[in-house]
Amino acid sequence: MGKISLQGVRKTFADVVVIPGVDLEIPAGSFVVFVGPSGCGKSTLLRLIAGLEDLSGGHVLIDDKDVSDFAPAQRGLSMVFQSYALYPHMSVASNIGFGLKMAGVPKPEIEKKVAYAANLLNLTEYLARRPGQLSGGQRQRVAIGRAIVREPKAFLFDEPLSNLDAALRVQMRLEITRLHQSLKTTMIYVTHDQVEAMTMADMIVVLNRGNIEQAGAPMELYETPKNLFVAKFIGSPTMNIIEGERAQKYGAPTIGIRPEHIRISREAGDWPVRVSIVERLGSDTFLYVEAEGMGQLTVRAEGDLGAKPGDQLFLSPDAGRLHRFNSEGKAIRS
Amino acid sequence: MATKQTQSAARLLAAPSIGLLLIWMIVPLGLTIYDSTLNYTLQGNPVHKFIGWTNYYYFVTDPAFLTSIWNTLVLVGSVLVISIVGGTGMALLLDQPIFGQGAARVMAISPFFIMATVAALVWKNLFMQPVFGLFAWIAHLFGAPPIDWFTNDPMIAVIIIVAWQWLPFATLILLTALQSLDLEQKDAAQMDGAPPLSYFWYLVLPHLARPATVVILIETIFLLGIFAEIFVTTGGGPGQATTNLTFLVFRSALRDFDVGGAAAGGIIAVVLANIVSIFLTRLVGKNLEG
Ligand SMILES: Nc1ncnc2c1ncn2[C@@H]1O[C@H](COP(=O)(O)OP(=O)(O)OP(=O)(O)O)[C@@H](O)[C@H]1O
Ligand SMILES: [Mg+2]
Repeated sequence: MGKISLQGVRKTFADVVVIPGVDLEIPAGSFVVFVGPSGCGKSTLLRLIAGLEDLSGGHVLIDDKDVSDFAPAQRGLSMVFQSYALYPHMSVASNIGFGLKMAGVPKPEIEKKVAYAANLLNLTEYLARRPGQLSGGQRQRVAIGRAIVREPKAFLFDEPLSNLDAALRVQMRLEITRLHQSLKTTMIYVTHDQVEAMTMADMIVVLNRGNIEQAGAPMELYETPKNLFVAKFIGSPTMNIIEGERAQKYGAPTIGIRPEHIRISREAGDWPVRVSIVERLGSDTFLYVEAEGMGQLTVRAEGDLGAKPGDQLFLSPDAGRLHRFNSEGKAIRS
Repeated sequence: MATKQTQSAARLLAAPSIGLLLIWMIVPLGLTIYDSTLNYTLQGNPVHKFIGWTNYYYFVTDPAFLTSIWNTLVLVGSVLVISIVGGTGMALLLDQPIFGQGAARVMAISPFFIMATVAALVWKNLFMQPVFGLFAWIAHLFGAPPIDWFTNDPMIAVIIIVAWQWLPFATLILLTALQSLDLEQKDAAQMDGAPPLSYFWYLVLPHLARPATVVILIETIFLLGIFAEIFVTTGGGPGQATTNLTFLVFRSALRDFDVGGAAAGGIIAVVLANIVSIFLTRLVGKNLEG
């Protein structure tokens, strides 16, 4: 259970159109990630699904039932906020159990469910503390615990890990993935982070100015982006975009090639370039090179290439992995 | 003030002002204590004899003393309750997005800036006057007999006037506190299905507890010394109905011309105020820690 359908969902603030109209099917039990640049309406879309904002048009359906006019609590969804939004004056246990208390669940049952969630999230020894006495990661887990105990049809996460440091992010990312595997509940997850999107999602939804540019499995978006926007947004470092004469050679006004799909040679190749910056990450090396008539390109080389700034190299794109785009930025599939 | 050096430097630099403050406080206090042991009246004997505790004895055994303590408690307590409860309500209203919010806020705060004597006179002569006052007119509209406030309910009248002056202060502090309430918490409470009343009870009220204690502390300090409003309206009467401790001290000195007795009363008032403030600072301190 937990199928969510958006039908022509619209949102305007005063006369600013934030979401012009979104149609989306989220299958039950899936892990969907919304990505997009800042201000594109990810949070707004999530809040529309949650019922925290009123729809300006369209319908939200949960398990085929129109919930457009339902209050947030009636929709049976749980949300985890970016700032955690814990209740500072309550103990961890009361924080987690607050929703159940509001729903009139008897006390012993609340205690049982809180204990279960706390155990799942390694919070048992902190139940008596206040949120102010917890670390960032622990607070995040309390927020997740609060979401879990209500046994929702779907979880909504709004950039839940963005306040955590890198190591903790990786750990929490794994914990959330594990949670999804054990609960099998639908999850909708908003993030800025490429890695989070690629690793966690069953389906990535790329948003731009309130429109869905493309929705699909992570590898589908990586391998067959529908347009330039998605091509540039998915993948890290971003795809190299080449326009003009050099692109025309490959039969399109614009072509794109990912840094990892370029062969490097010291002797011969299609594009002569000069190395400007070398970034060594250990397993990989990223070269930022200047190519005549193409501007700056990024190339990934496995291991250490031994290249230095100023070196002359030749690059050859892997023709099979080249992306062609027409003048409107739409992908050309041959 | 993290290190030892900064601490001693701070002490050294603060010493002159603290010394000055001490002199500022000690000299009048010392003089008052000295006066309180003398048989010092403005009528008759110009020789002020030392009489020990006698002034204190007479001040405390005067039946007006207990009445005045009771009146002080009633006045301070009622105004505190009205300004905290009313201030919370006002702050909640002013926090709503309404048309002309800015103007409404300024108007709601403005009574605080009106001088005590002016406010008391306005209330006395324009509102509560039993013949041509506004309240009398309203009572007349409904065919009810007008209330003669300062004769029949003098304490309530004084409480209304003082509360009117202090309500804006509480509103201001509580409103700022309300505005600092995290909006995502409100969203979270909505997701948790908390109806408005539960949201208020479980989230807003605990959030307001700290600013409310600050309001209580500050208002108590000022309310213990309320004088102008009583002087202008009831003159402490009728009888002793509105005589608080401050007014009793004033009466001893300038109506009974008993400077020694008034000084004794003043010292008693200082002791009582200190007891209250120690109690309150403890309370506030506890509330500000957590
Ligand atoms: N209450 C509001 N009133 C007016 N405009 C709003 C309101 N909330 C959001 N917006 C606008 O709607 C747009 C989308 O906002 P939203 O918060 O959904 O972006 P986002 O994709 O979540 O961005 P970020 O990644 O920075 O969190 C923004 O341009 C924002 O200015
Ligand atoms: Mg956002």
